[in-house]
Amino acid sequence: MNFQQYLKQVKSEIREVSVDEVNAKRPPVLIDVREGDEYNDGYIPGATWIPRGKLELRIEDAVPDRAQEIVLYCAGGNRSALAAKSLHELGYDKVSSMAGGYGAWKRANLPTAKPFIFTQDQKSRYARHLMLPEIGEAGQAKLLQAKVLLLGAGGLGAPAGLYLAAAGVGTIGLVDDDVVDESNLQRQVIHNTKRVGIPKVDSAKQTINDLNPDVNVRTHQLRLTSDNVLEIIKDYDLIVDGTDNFQTRYLLNDASLILKKPVINASIFQFEGQVTVFKPFEGPCYRCLYPEPPPPGMAPSCNEAGVLGVLPGVIGVLQATEAVKLILGIGKSLVGRLMQYDALNMKFREFKLPRDPKCVVCSEPGKKIELIDYEAFCSIAR
Amino acid sequence: MAIVRIPTPLRKLTGGSEEVTVAGKSVGELIGELEKQYPGIKERICDEAGAVRRFVNIFVKDEDIRFLQNLETPLGEKDEVSIVPAIAGG
Repeated sequence: MNFQQYLKQVKSEIREVSVDEVNAKRPPVLIDVREGDEYNDGYIPGATWIPRGKLELRIEDAVPDRAQEIVLYCAGGNRSALAAKSLHELGYDKVSSMAGGYGAWKRANLPTAKPFIFTQDQKSRYARHLMLPEIGEAGQAKLLQAKVLLLGAGGLGAPAGLYLAAAGVGTIGLVDDDVVDESNLQRQVIHNTKRVGIPKVDSAKQTINDLNPDVNVRTHQLRLTSDNVLEIIKDYDLIVDGTDNFQTRYLLNDASLILKKPVINASIFQFEGQVTVFKPFEGPCYRCLYPEPPPPGMAPSCNEAGVLGVLPGVIGVLQATEAVKLILGIGKSLVGRLMQYDALNMKFREFKLPRDPKCVVCSEPGKKIELIDYEAFCSIAR
Repeated sequence: MAIVRIPTPLRKLTGGSEEVTVAGKSVGELIGELEKQYPGIKERICDEAGAVRRFVNIFVKDEDIRFLQNLETPLGEKDEVSIVPAIAGG
């Protein structure tokens, strides 16, 4: 028997499906069995890549259920036919091969995707992420393509920014209108002694660039107002709120509801921190938690009251953790939960945080939200 | 007697105590008792009309009293009551 006769025999023994059938009814498991360079040129969205040479070795991990419906494809439909026969022999009953392969898929003008190609440097840098099944190449690619805005390059923004940069978040925006002061250095670890007097956003950008050249840092040396907030936050996937005043927290909340941007919210005072996640219209918002800001004099500032230097380190890193989880879509987020950290007693407490059915901004989705520039009503000095 | 967790900004009023034990069958009664023991604390928690201020949350165990029965929320023996005000530091 020559190869052509063998192939013909294999194809008569296995099930073949057409490109149109696959497109009409996406199979639960679609496996691309081509070689790496072919896959890198483009693949069918949703497909899992297992090259033909490793298929039998990996299939039981990838598809533990042998009764699962599987469609295999290669470039033209021959390798996938041979692969289907082999999976059938391994006990997979519902395997088929897509006739015509990726070539036919492309000729039919059906959607394709390109995988994120990691450089050798990136494979080394993110090796400890890549080996986690919850992250892997797909997750790391999400991080590298994510855009996160840090509101405040201070106590919370410093540790959050460092860890997000190290994790390979591809675009980090920094909003802060302040310059580095010597009194910041007790906790704002993204800055250093040589940077005293220079804008915080520039100092943070320098540190991030030195830590990870993959990160594209955008600096916004300004204060958020009702005029600029939407324009600034619109390009980001999520916002890490580490600002130091109530005005900005309420303004950001309302703007994030308008643009439906998730916010990782945290605040600190002396030895105590609070952290939670607001996902617009899915969970509560800042006004569900605190409907109104405190009047002047009711909330002392860190400048007047002091803050333990390591406290924002703990809380900012919790924010970074939540940001990474949201980007990856893994784990259980802090949506609907308020986490309170008491450094002196080393206690974490968790409170339930439901949506407020009477919330003035988020209880009626679709209702127009007006942005308000609050007066500098609170005594939280900047 | 409920255990009340005093937030950092109000500890000046409790002589630095972060946890105090106070009697009260409801959250409202408990705040009244707190005021008797630590004069001045009530106005930091409640407004002139007696309602809990809009930037302060009171939790009985892990539940916000706004979504229970507010100041009428009954308290059991040894319930932990946490007063959690908005803080803005970053």
